[in-house]
Amino acid sequence: MITQPGFLASEFPPGVESFDYKSLIPSLDGTTWGPAFTKLTLLVWLAVAIVIIFFLVTYRNPTLVPTKKQWLAESVYGVVRNNIATDIIGPQGVRFAPYLATVFLFVFVTNLWSIVPLAQISPNSHLAFPVVLAVLTWFIYIGIGVKKHGLLGYLKHSTVQPGVPWWVHPILIPIEFLSNLILRPITLAVRLFANMFAGHMILLVFTLGGVALWNAGPLLLKPAALGSWAFAIVMTLFELFILSLQAYVFTLLSATYFQSSIADEH
Amino acid sequence: MNIASNAPAGEEYFVLGVPLAEVIVGLVAFGVLLFVLTKFVFPRMESMFQQRVEAIEGGLVKAEKAQAEAAALLSQYKAQLAEARTEAARIRDEARADAEGIRTDVLAKAREESDRIIAAGREQLAGERASIVRELRGEMGALAVSLAGKIVGESLEDEARRRGTVERALAELDTAGAR
Repeated sequence: MITQPGFLASEFPPGVESFDYKSLIPSLDGTTWGPAFTKLTLLVWLAVAIVIIFFLVTYRNPTLVPTKKQWLAESVYGVVRNNIATDIIGPQGVRFAPYLATVFLFVFVTNLWSIVPLAQISPNSHLAFPVVLAVLTWFIYIGIGVKKHGLLGYLKHSTVQPGVPWWVHPILIPIEFLSNLILRPITLAVRLFANMFAGHMILLVFTLGGVALWNAGPLLLKPAALGSWAFAIVMTLFELFILSLQAYVFTLLSATYFQSSIADEH
Repeated sequence: MNIASNAPAGEEYFVLGVPLAEVIVGLVAFGVLLFVLTKFVFPRMESMFQQRVEAIEGGLVKAEKAQAEAAALLSQYKAQLAEARTEAARIRDEARADAEGIRTDVLAKAREESDRIIAAGREQLAGERASIVRELRGEMGALAVSLAGKIVGESLEDEARRRGTVERALAELDTAGAR
């Protein structure tokens, strides 16, 4: 797995600078547009291209009795449509299914890069990508809330809890306002970002830690290095679980926010 | 694996930074994905789901129709079977009645025939008896006279007397036979 011990051990211990990717176009490095052409943005484009090609190819000639690939494509959309959009939002949730399914696919495939050999970093470990999705969700759920209840109606709907004693409102309304209208996109973005950041960090610690142990000299430490690498493999599998879960959670929470905006009651 | 690169001195990497360039890339990439999938893929999936639902519902309707048809056929067959049964029963009854009629006919004919035979036999018997009686009567007279002549040893001369005696004896015999 690791063949250049001398080189890699110098990276140990990994830190935040492990996430500082230089621009692939050297002349842009350090400028505003540098981050637009890094390994991470390349992986984002690759993810988008793979998803688009997969869906367009498998759904070019759909049949009533699906082929294996068609079934896979359908079940991704079908699960988001039926088990997230319709289950949480209700029958009218079907109109959000395309957005939710796209969010799920985008997050899942970009997350998947974190364990794909040679890529081994998720673009979502840079806060900017989760922020884009979280802010989009934020705009949408505020937009549909305002459209349904009116601006003031939506403010009241999302901040005033019914069935609460009047003297609690001065405390509760600011809290509700903060949590429902300000913090939701932040928690949504940070949850995804932090999970992918930490996952990458853990993998770095075990793989690079193994290298450091191997190169440390004493023969006694070599089995420890092997153990560290074995654990890196275990953590890679764990990372697969986490990245799927985070993609699901991101989609699920987006649907929940949509539902809270178009609900008649709390 | 060149995982990290060395940050240049003085320019620290900020983990929570949100570079505008990355935001734009994220927005455009997500937008492209959303556009393509929403425009070309998901509507076709929806229509496919719809078609599938219709296919299944159509199948159900077809199955229902087939079942109704089968039920109609079954009742028709049952009716036909019942009809055939009553027909068979009717035919059997008729046959029985016919057989009965034939039997009584044959019996009546046989009885008639036997009666006829018996009557003919009786008649013949009566005729024969009468002729035998007649013959006997004639012979009996002659026999009795000759017997009496032999016993007496002489010819019975008195024709008239002899005749009267025989006639009387025969008349007595007749009355004795009739008794």
